[in-house]
Amino acid sequence: MIDSPSVSYTGLSPVLFVLGAALVGVLVEAFVPRAYRWGVQLGVALAGTLGALISVILIAGRNELTLSRAVAVDGPALFIEGTLALLGVLSLLLLAERSPDMGGSAFVAQAAVPVGTVRDRQLATLTYSQTEVFPLATFALAGMMIFAASNNLLVMFVALEVLSLPLYLMAGLGRRRRLLSQEAALKYFLLGAFTSAFFLYGLALLYGYAGTVDLRGIFDQAAGSEKSDALFVIGLAFLVVGLLFKAGVAPFHAWTPDVYQGAPTSVTAFMASCTKVAAFGAIIRVLYVGFGNNDWTWRPVLYGVAIVTLVVGSVLALTQTDVKRMLAYSSIAHAGFILTGTIANSPAGLSSTLFYLLTYGLTTVGAFAVVMLVRDADGEAGHLSQWAGLAKRSPLVAAVFSLFLLALAGIPLTSGFTGKFVVFRAGLEAGAAPLVVIALVASAIAAFFYLRVIVLMYFSEPAADGPTVAVPGLLTTISLAIATAATVLLGVAPGAVLDLADRAALFVG
Amino acid sequence: MTETIEYAAATGALSTIWLLIAIPVLSAAVLLLAGKRADAWGHLLGVGSIAATFALSVYYVVTLAGLDNRAVSLDLFSFIPVTGLQVDAGLLLDPLSAVFILLITGVGGLIHVYSIGYMAHDEGRRRFFGYFNLFVAAMLLLVLGNSFVALYVGWEGVGLASYLLIAFWYTRPNAATAAKKAFIMNRVGDVGLLIAIFLLFATLGSTQYADVFGNADALAGGTATALALLLLLGACGKSGQFPLQAWLPDAMEGPTPVSALIHAATMVTAGVYLIARSAPIYNLTESGQLVVAIIGAVTLMIGCIAGCAKDDIKRVLAWSTVSQIGYMFLAVGLGPAGYAVGILHLLTHGFFKAGLFLGAGSVMHGMNDEVDMRKYGDLAKRMKITFATFTLGYLALIGFPFLSGYYSKDLIIEAALDEGGAKGWLLGGAAILGAGLTAFYMTRLMLMTFFGKARWDRGVHPHESPAVMTAPMIVLAFGSVFAGFLLVNVFPLEEWLEPVFGPRPEAAHVLPPIVVTMIVTAVVAVGIAAAWVFVGRREVARTEPLGVSPLIVAARRNLYGDAFNESVFMRPGQWLTRFLVFVDNRGVDGAVNGVAALMGGGSSRLGRTQNGFVRSYALGMLGGSILVVAALLAVRFG
Repeated sequence: MIDSPSVSYTGLSPVLFVLGAALVGVLVEAFVPRAYRWGVQLGVALAGTLGALISVILIAGRNELTLSRAVAVDGPALFIEGTLALLGVLSLLLLAERSPDMGGSAFVAQAAVPVGTVRDRQLATLTYSQTEVFPLATFALAGMMIFAASNNLLVMFVALEVLSLPLYLMAGLGRRRRLLSQEAALKYFLLGAFTSAFFLYGLALLYGYAGTVDLRGIFDQAAGSEKSDALFVIGLAFLVVGLLFKAGVAPFHAWTPDVYQGAPTSVTAFMASCTKVAAFGAIIRVLYVGFGNNDWTWRPVLYGVAIVTLVVGSVLALTQTDVKRMLAYSSIAHAGFILTGTIANSPAGLSSTLFYLLTYGLTTVGAFAVVMLVRDADGEAGHLSQWAGLAKRSPLVAAVFSLFLLALAGIPLTSGFTGKFVVFRAGLEAGAAPLVVIALVASAIAAFFYLRVIVLMYFSEPAADGPTVAVPGLLTTISLAIATAATVLLGVAPGAVLDLADRAALFVG
Repeated sequence: MTETIEYAAATGALSTIWLLIAIPVLSAAVLLLAGKRADAWGHLLGVGSIAATFALSVYYVVTLAGLDNRAVSLDLFSFIPVTGLQVDAGLLLDPLSAVFILLITGVGGLIHVYSIGYMAHDEGRRRFFGYFNLFVAAMLLLVLGNSFVALYVGWEGVGLASYLLIAFWYTRPNAATAAKKAFIMNRVGDVGLLIAIFLLFATLGSTQYADVFGNADALAGGTATALALLLLLGACGKSGQFPLQAWLPDAMEGPTPVSALIHAATMVTAGVYLIARSAPIYNLTESGQLVVAIIGAVTLMIGCIAGCAKDDIKRVLAWSTVSQIGYMFLAVGLGPAGYAVGILHLLTHGFFKAGLFLGAGSVMHGMNDEVDMRKYGDLAKRMKITFATFTLGYLALIGFPFLSGYYSKDLIIEAALDEGGAKGWLLGGAAILGAGLTAFYMTRLMLMTFFGKARWDRGVHPHESPAVMTAPMIVLAFGSVFAGFLLVNVFPLEEWLEPVFGPRPEAAHVLPPIVVTMIVTAVVAVGIAAAWVFVGRREVARTEPLGVSPLIVAARRNLYGDAFNESVFMRPGQWLTRFLVFVDNRGVDGAVNGVAALMGGGSSRLGRTQNGFVRSYALGMLGGSILVVAALLAVRFG
């Protein structure tokens, strides 16, 4: 007879809130008249994510394994869940934006209609749009939360699929440049499926080695085992490949620029911030909890991966001419910076990774939100040449974007500096001085392309047929305001949050 | 070892000594910031602030004299509060700084008054007084600071004021160049002072005088000598001593009151102050003292020789200043036997040299700013007051019996001779020879300026200066006559300074003082006679005679000091600059541009992997996965 596992509903409440919102969202899609759906969906999704945020705050400090040790409720899990909920709120506000000044909703009314048909041309005139994007986003968010909290590789795999599938769909929901959007969705799907297989295969090998999929179980088995190490090492390698893909780490990064560019910008903001957070949450849990005693095996490899990622991200970004592609490469480089802290395999490495994820996520959402504002007749004006002289027409937008770029470059008094400082310090303390030096060089290279955009905005003459800067709708404004405030605050007075990350840096089990 | 002085906390009236610095600073700020609105009354404010400072100084010194422990220090605020590097800003009033504040504010006040007349027709008079007040404030900080850091702030402050005032007529290329020269040569010395301060921090952990001198015995011999030499380098820069003497004569490009106050009476004696103040360090190192004395002796000879060949009245006086400060260095280099004597000469020199410069300024004022003595002559009758005051200053300078210079210079020569042995004879001999040369060049100056036939340019109508200029000259002339007598017999300076320098050791006289006096007087008389023979008897040519002996050529060229500086430092410096510019353009910029091009090229090449085909991406990921697996296996089993 199988005992039903005990469930700590309180500990799982953040996940349950989001998951509940997703399920309610499906029902809303079915039963609420189209005229009200947008508002109701937004309300439900926000209620779910805000509920998750509040419950994270209320249950902070809890430390337990629930659902037969499958899901952890501990400092890192709750910190990641809180970060995801916060970034989820900001992203949902962007997803919901449909101010006429910003070209209405970014999502197509009927995604299944083939591009270029008569029906497709009629779609463009429809005022309503697909509201399935809300339950999709909340499903993905719930998957991300479990992904970073699962103490069991099988549950982690399920979570990986739960978070991935909605993202594939969302990437293809673009209202404009539909072919590009659908191409992005397909690429993402194919490559995602490819790496899911890696992850699954690695999981199977590890089960073969350890006889368990519990992370702590694998840890204990690896401690004093006589069995063949080949199974263990190859399993670890495949598992890591699957995780690194989601985090957009080179050489598994190739999808990032294409997907970030093709997907609707609000979806890109969601992917770039939340997926990165969840992926690193999972990476650090797997490496620290499951393989912490074998760090001499994986550290040199991730050391090399981090270097490749830093170089690829910062060097390739130099020649980009599209804002979204540039930000995509920037996100690859940032994955390298985070790895610099992560490989420390120490409490400092953990807390610095957590802090960096928070700062990076907030700044990224803000940066993509600004990209949504700069538009011409065809929608968003992505080409950098169209951003020339932006400061002359919209000083405020240019100033806010400059702030985000400076934060991404890691200039002091922005959150990015604090984040880089803590991960580099963690890396240095762990004896990874050469890597930190390379990371510093990479951030110097990266500073070039961030600053180039600032120079372009402030010191170039505006193009004659340049884009207009839309007045941001209320939702975008809220999202932008929060991201801006956080970027400044975490740069000027990061003490409290750093403290929080330090206190959260302890895995259960 | 000398007993270190105890500094009591300043209380009562003395707790306000910061006013001495605050008043001129405030006045300078008003003058420099108020702009043209202050043109009408700016000079009055400038003079008034110094007069007030002088009155306060007198009050403070009288109060100080009434105390049992004649040294007070006043903590103001924490200047540099860093862990392990604590510097507190504070002031210190002791007998040594007391004589300096009286000199600075007293003589400074007189020169301020004189400047009202001298600068009356200059558009920049208000600015002039602003800089002048700034100088007084910085100089007071220099002598009142209670640590080497405070001294350094004042030190740089007077350097700045000196630069601004030498270049006061900055549209004249000569003035601008001279200011730059002064500034740069001072930097060389300042580096020495700065390193000395670092060294004090490193070895004693503090730069407060109380800590440094209280723990001076803990300094190793080598460290003490290094400190002594570094401080000496700083002192040489500020005081125009060999090998950094070249800037001081050029500094005469500034207005004459500047030459009188800054480049004769006060700032250039800061080096003497620095060495006297650091007496506890110098007392530890005989070799350090010897170097100071030698520098003094060498400089006094250089100054005298160059002074003999100059035709520019201010440059003669400037070289005379160089040489007189050489006497002071010689004195303080003799250790406890000479500190008080050096300071005595500093004070008397302050009076008579300031008086002489003001007299020279008065002559120039009457001669349409002509400075070439070959175009003077026969001015005694035209400028009676100037002639009278100038003559008294002249007599004091050459050491005419019972005038100021007689007391102080004879004491220095005596102290040098008392060292005994070869050292005593060499130093003393140089000092005696210098006295003779001084008599020669000063008599030459007198003869060329006030006697003989008039060699004026056409259109020049010499006239006496207004009372606002002659009054300070008269006061300074009184000082030139009586200061020596007063400071030796009535208010004995040596006794007053005893808390700072300790008692003067009793030395066995090599020669009885009366004999020394007779020898010096005889040498001076020879110098005067020689001047009469070579200059007084003959017609003075209106242009510099050519075909003279190599010695005179060398003296005219400042003993090739400038040529040496230009060929050894300036030209290699310029070559180095050119080389560095070349390296910067080709090497550094080339490397930077090269790296940028490399990055851009690498970016484009790497970018080709991003071809948009999912199959390529998947292949890349497969390759990456194989690499990761291989790497992990290699680490595990390698």
